[in-house]
Amino acid sequence: MKPKHRTGKVMPTLEDAIRASSLKNGMTISFHHHLRAGDYVLNDVVRACAALGFSDLTVNASAIMACHTPLLEAIREGVVTGIECNFMHAAVGHAVSQGILEQPVLFRTHGGRPAALENGTSHINVAFIAASAADAEGNCNGKEGSSAFGSIGYAMSDAEHADYVVVVTDNLMPYPLTDVSIPENLVDAVVVCDSIGDPDRIMSGTTRITRDPIGLLIADYTARAIEASGLIENGFSFQTGAGGTSLAAAAYIGERMRKRGVTGSFASGGITGLLVDLLNEGLFTSLADVQCFDREAVVSIRQNPRHVEISASRYASPEAKSAVVDRLDAVILGATEVGTDFSVNVHTDSNGMIMGGSGGHSDTAAGASLAVIAAPLVRARLPLIVDRPQTLSTPGDTIDLLVTQFGMACNPRRPDLHDRLVDAGLPVFSIEELKEKAELLTGRPRLLKNEGRVVARVNDRDGDELDVIRTVSS
Amino acid sequence: MRRSCLFLPGNQPSMLQNGMVLACDVLIFDLEDAVSENEKDAARELVSQALLTLDFGMREIVVRVNDMETPHARLDIIRVTEAGADAVMVPKTVGATTVLKAASILDEAEEKAGLSHGSVSLILLIETAMGIEKALEAASASSRVSALALGGEDLAADLGCRRTKASHELYYARAKLVMAGRACGLDVIDTPFTDARDAEGCYKDACYARSLGFNGKLVISPHHLEPVHRAFRPDESEVAYALEVVEAMRRGKEEGRGAVSLRGKMIDLPVLTQAKRTIELAEASGMLGTKRRAPAKGDGEE
Repeated sequence: MKPKHRTGKVMPTLEDAIRASSLKNGMTISFHHHLRAGDYVLNDVVRACAALGFSDLTVNASAIMACHTPLLEAIREGVVTGIECNFMHAAVGHAVSQGILEQPVLFRTHGGRPAALENGTSHINVAFIAASAADAEGNCNGKEGSSAFGSIGYAMSDAEHADYVVVVTDNLMPYPLTDVSIPENLVDAVVVCDSIGDPDRIMSGTTRITRDPIGLLIADYTARAIEASGLIENGFSFQTGAGGTSLAAAAYIGERMRKRGVTGSFASGGITGLLVDLLNEGLFTSLADVQCFDREAVVSIRQNPRHVEISASRYASPEAKSAVVDRLDAVILGATEVGTDFSVNVHTDSNGMIMGGSGGHSDTAAGASLAVIAAPLVRARLPLIVDRPQTLSTPGDTIDLLVTQFGMACNPRRPDLHDRLVDAGLPVFSIEELKEKAELLTGRPRLLKNEGRVVARVNDRDGDELDVIRTVSS
Repeated sequence: MRRSCLFLPGNQPSMLQNGMVLACDVLIFDLEDAVSENEKDAARELVSQALLTLDFGMREIVVRVNDMETPHARLDIIRVTEAGADAVMVPKTVGATTVLKAASILDEAEEKAGLSHGSVSLILLIETAMGIEKALEAASASSRVSALALGGEDLAADLGCRRTKASHELYYARAKLVMAGRACGLDVIDTPFTDARDAEGCYKDACYARSLGFNGKLVISPHHLEPVHRAFRPDESEVAYALEVVEAMRRGKEEGRGAVSLRGKMIDLPVLTQAKRTIELAEASGMLGTKRRAPAKGDGEE
């Protein structure tokens, strides 16, 4: 009898898969961050690389989270000497700002990362893809199993473009897995481990609307501004984040859609339970999901065919033939600092230390018809508006409106929007007037000296350098 | 307009800043219960600096000073008067004695600040059984008194009864306070609703207060501003009638008549006063175009 063909993709350990991948010193390994603060896989792989004696590796991750502090030890030991990411939590970012890496971190955006893989300016040698369900040939998803995290969108580009693809799972299912997000034809190896992440930290439970009265006021102004813009009509499309104020704004927009009898086309981005509720109520016809933010979103993407999983490329790549962000009517974004030209910093804190990154910030700002920054005018005794942000994350010409609790400022590029806001009776000021209001409360902060060594480069979504971040002494 | 009178703790700078944007009619900066004994001086200075430097728009600025029986009270009144408070809220008011003490300090404070006599008014917080019984005496003790306010929590403790959401235990006190206040032509402000998470409970409580004759409500959480404003929002027919009354009285005056007929009923000065109050509420609720500020959520901007 002819023996059944076996590919032998299942490997007993990460070390075996790494050996099989032909990884060499100086190469790039990649990861995705859908397991958020609960991810074990990045740390396990880096530890395995260290045990195998690798050095000079570059970690290319869609995001570096707080749980990834073991990276710092790998950096000190020379195992990892480069990081490329779209977001970096302060737990690692502060060490980078203090100069732990010789080579600058390269920050991209969620759309710029797949674009760089597509146009060849970035290359991944070995991609490690955490999956909450996989079969022996590597068909996998993030929707099933005890470590389910929902959409696996950021990893899809890695699977397509990496030289070697390793799926890491704690839930090996019988072949063939039926709900496939990344198919076997892209996968070289499968490693079964005890756990890919801490389920309690992968999902934060239900993300909640803020109860902070100032956050609610900003959300209310934001919703009213979007309504005044005239965009809330049938076919309306929308994106917002998972922060409490963004969720409140989404809820208020839902109220306005309900009142107007409007049916939107889609909501996109990181998906929360609140957006799932709007979908189920019929206020949107679909969700385009590149990342799930809470358990409700995970359940929904598993069960509801109108809750659609999308890749990072489809989400936001400027190299793609089309992308979801370019169909967005409105997006609500946050900011650490806003310049008087509406440019935004989401990378560094008031001390110039790395604590974030663009993620999809500049992708959605560039794509949406109306990009709104919603943020408190004063935060921890610091003004939001500055002459020039410490780090340029998103160019000001892509931002249309800034909304704060003291009122809003419209980009002078949008006189049409300004007139609509004024006609709606909303409190509209120039950005300079809002800056003065803030400085009345906080004084004018002394500018940081910007003279240290470059520790990070910030690329825009097209791959051009927007800014650099320099060392900050501790 | 005193529909919503929001307490902000006097020792928290960020909360004082929030007063610039929260959609209340009256801000009450608290130097009494919200501030521990060892922070009294610092809070007094913080509130005074806030009054001197921040722009609270059209909101009435009130400072709840410390109990008249403490040494803080005099310092509080002198400092906040100098800093520009519109009114002083006197806690634990019991009859004329408390009022006259506060009024006397205000005389001195106004003179020191170079203000004309009577610039700063008194709002009397009545929160004991004896205070309730002497409400009329307190209300009529000084021309500075502009409002009576009920402190239901302390009163329930003084009565030895449990404070409930239904508030039956406050019925007598509420009715007595409204009667005393109205008898003297004053505003009367109801006790706060204390469950910050129960907006609908607050709305019902505020509706009840309005039905008894209160002008507004003390508020301890910004989440209660919307339900309180909703409760004090007149309905469309009330507003339409009030506008008709004002117009009919205007025409009557032009024609030299003291009382005029509207919809088959005689209307006179008390009806006009009530109509004007309704119109003022409608304006504050954004029903007739707002004069006060950009309407916030709950002010009926739709």
